[in-house]
Amino acid sequence: MSDKPITFSRRSFMRTSSLAGGGMLIGFNLFQACKPSVKPPIDLSNLDYNDFNAFIKIANNGAVTIFSPNPEIGQGVKTAMPMIIAEELEVAWKNVFVKQGILDTKYYTRQVAGGSQSIRHGWDALRQTGATAKQMLVNAAALRWGVDANDCKVSEGVITSPTGDTLGYGEVVNEAALLEVPEEVSLKETKDYTIIGTETVNVDIDGIITGKPLFGLDYTKEGMVFAAVVRPPAFGQKLKSFDYSEARKIPGVIDVIKIGKKVQGLLEADPSFGSKISPSDKIAVIAKSTWQAMKAKNVIKAEWEDDTFMESTADHDKKLTDLLDGTQWENRRKDGDVNKAFKEADTVIERTYESPFLPHNCMEPMNFFADVTASKVHLVGPIQTPEWKAGLVAKMLEREPEDILLEMTRMGGGFGRRLYGDFVLEAAEISDAIGKPVKLVYSREDDMSAGVYRPAIKYRIKAAIKDGQLTGYHLKEAAINDNMYGLIPNFFPAGAIANYQVDTANYQSNITTGAWRAPYTNFLAYAEQSFFDELAEAMNVDKVQFRIDLLKKVQPEKDERIQYDPDRMIAVIKKAVEKSGWGQQPKGVFQGFANYYCHNTHVAEVADVVIENGKPVVKKVTCVVDCGIVVNPMGALNQIEGGVIDGIGHSMYGDLAFEGGMPKASNYDRYRLIRMKEAPKVEVHLMQNEHSPTGLGEPTLPPAGGAVANALKAATGQRIYKQPFAKYPELLKIIEEPIIG
Amino acid sequence: MSTYQLKVNGAQKSVTVDADTPLLWVLRDELGLVGTKYGCGIGQCGACTVHVDGMAMRSCSMTPSQVEGKEITTIEGLSKDGTHPVQQAWKEVDVPQCGYCQAGQIMTASAFLEQHPNPSEIEIKNAMHGNICRCGAYNRIYTAVEKAAKSS
Repeated sequence: MSDKPITFSRRSFMRTSSLAGGGMLIGFNLFQACKPSVKPPIDLSNLDYNDFNAFIKIANNGAVTIFSPNPEIGQGVKTAMPMIIAEELEVAWKNVFVKQGILDTKYYTRQVAGGSQSIRHGWDALRQTGATAKQMLVNAAALRWGVDANDCKVSEGVITSPTGDTLGYGEVVNEAALLEVPEEVSLKETKDYTIIGTETVNVDIDGIITGKPLFGLDYTKEGMVFAAVVRPPAFGQKLKSFDYSEARKIPGVIDVIKIGKKVQGLLEADPSFGSKISPSDKIAVIAKSTWQAMKAKNVIKAEWEDDTFMESTADHDKKLTDLLDGTQWENRRKDGDVNKAFKEADTVIERTYESPFLPHNCMEPMNFFADVTASKVHLVGPIQTPEWKAGLVAKMLEREPEDILLEMTRMGGGFGRRLYGDFVLEAAEISDAIGKPVKLVYSREDDMSAGVYRPAIKYRIKAAIKDGQLTGYHLKEAAINDNMYGLIPNFFPAGAIANYQVDTANYQSNITTGAWRAPYTNFLAYAEQSFFDELAEAMNVDKVQFRIDLLKKVQPEKDERIQYDPDRMIAVIKKAVEKSGWGQQPKGVFQGFANYYCHNTHVAEVADVVIENGKPVVKKVTCVVDCGIVVNPMGALNQIEGGVIDGIGHSMYGDLAFEGGMPKASNYDRYRLIRMKEAPKVEVHLMQNEHSPTGLGEPTLPPAGGAVANALKAATGQRIYKQPFAKYPELLKIIEEPIIG
Repeated sequence: MSTYQLKVNGAQKSVTVDADTPLLWVLRDELGLVGTKYGCGIGQCGACTVHVDGMAMRSCSMTPSQVEGKEITTIEGLSKDGTHPVQQAWKEVDVPQCGYCQAGQIMTASAFLEQHPNPSEIEIKNAMHGNICRCGAYNRIYTAVEKAAKSS
């Protein structure tokens, strides 16, 4: 179940030391024990994160600085993770300062922002760390007073003795640093929380609203030059020759070099890389400014030759349909006998759902800084998988892992794209070749046309109905390069239907693909939630009751693959019914329902659609979420609202078509993202319970498309079987004007 | 390369750049004002929005000669210490997720509210429609603009 504690060595994950300038430094390792011999540094300039990946500094004035380890991509962990520590440490949040930790390499097992798992994995370790530090401070005060530590009380960084004497943390911190790390500490009860559960503004807010250099693209270093890279215009092409004579004439251009050889084979060995990268060489233009590099790049005359097949969207469409019609399947789950159920059924319903490629479109285009020198390799920038990339750079440049220092910056969006560090390797290769610190910058066109895309996928779902019951369910996935992973084949309705089967197949493309916010479920949820509505219609039962009745049949205690909790899901559904006024909407409002479980979080959404000027408009989405204890409601609501709007935007408009191996859009004049006037009001309700917290970066996105598709059906009578909805031909026919701009 | 005299955030700056260098890159690379962001380079996303004589303009689509003699204001110069009502509203509402587009959003909103101190819902939505927020923080952007209108 989703509440399973994450196991880690209970007491061996932290060490303390006195700081040279006074104060105490607590070094700790989330999720992994550190070596018994290791001591944290006594000088803050020596924090190397090799043995610990996070630190708490308590100064003589009582100020607390938390060096937060996880990459911040906008999901709020840089605020939420320190909140958890501060809660157990018993300090006032206003006295806590948070800094992004420098990247560690060797010992850190989960310095990855992906899968909405940062909070879930850190929950126990962060609380233990804060509580242990507090206990050491209390022990130091008790020793000084000659009293029992158990009789002392703590509030907001002040320790009070049984007789009413007080000492601030800062006053005992030097003594506390010398004490043994206690064996046992007790954690606070949920009801006593004063920081967890409070509305807390993101710790970088002041820097963001005043334009401080927080992002990778803002980073600068003395002597730094800029690089832009010419990549093959089409997937499947490789470099034949190039002429850079015009580029050399552009003022500020320093060098034009061929790169790519060193990267070959490395990314393919990287567990984080979605599919193989282009085997072609590329051309790097190095200049004194970003603009000069971008301008010179555009006048390079390169000749490309076709290396493999140049694919188009029409090819993908045919390949995926052929797979669906074919017999080459990998079985992912099989309960009972679906074929027998189909044979014996009163009614069989089969539908096919289709989705296009999607680019990630992080607002901050890919970029990275590299400074490769004889003594070390300094890397700075936005990356979701720092440790893997540091390792790859070491391998590529044949350097010791200790030579690599990777600093993370705040990221202008991730959505999965920054799991893939192709740009980190390119930057390091360029700096190594030219012997200068360099910042590699992608233009928007580079970013969108050299992507690691969400691939096109088709789902075919077939269901059997007999005697008013759902007796069989067969889900087939035909996808490009890869298939659904992990426990997805065991998501709902697995466990609810006796005859249930999931099969997958894939087609190998030369277009790079990978994870995109809520991989697979970002499209699967829409397909299944649309299909459930059709089943309920065919069975002539209430659409919501249909889902609840199925959930009641699930017995997760009998099947460990079932990770969702049917009772929690039913509670979420009922709350969504209540809060959205489901079934009681005013005339002219058309509602659509969807519920989904992924990333350990249970969600239900109701979309309200109205017809304005002859076209359907999504006005409001009611979203109910069970993510356990909510660490920071302000950040949580922001994530939830964003996930819903992102889900709607990409279901409605997202579409990257290919022709001759080339994406047909590479900037926002041809590629549509959701904007202010298309964004509905999102009304959020959080379930209140004491389950361990789960992440929110992804789980509200998948059901959004389903809720909207079902509401569009209610409003227009038209079922939609293909994303993007705004281009769905049958929908376009029945509305007076196209809803695409 | 040509030399231009630009007035940025109240200070005179002399820059020597290629004549076609977008104001965006002059601000970022020459003057070190990196609060103004690059998003698309073609005036479609709004991340690079600055004020030119009080009007919200896309700095990626303007050259230095077009802005010589004009008052250029970037996010760094909108107020001292982030105290502009729009910045304060952004903080109270906790608008940002990744935060990358927010300087452009704030510059668009502040120029708009200067012209429309009591905006209607649709006026706010029209004004902010040109700025993409990839994280989808549109509900909060709307709320913050509305709050700033009331407080200023």
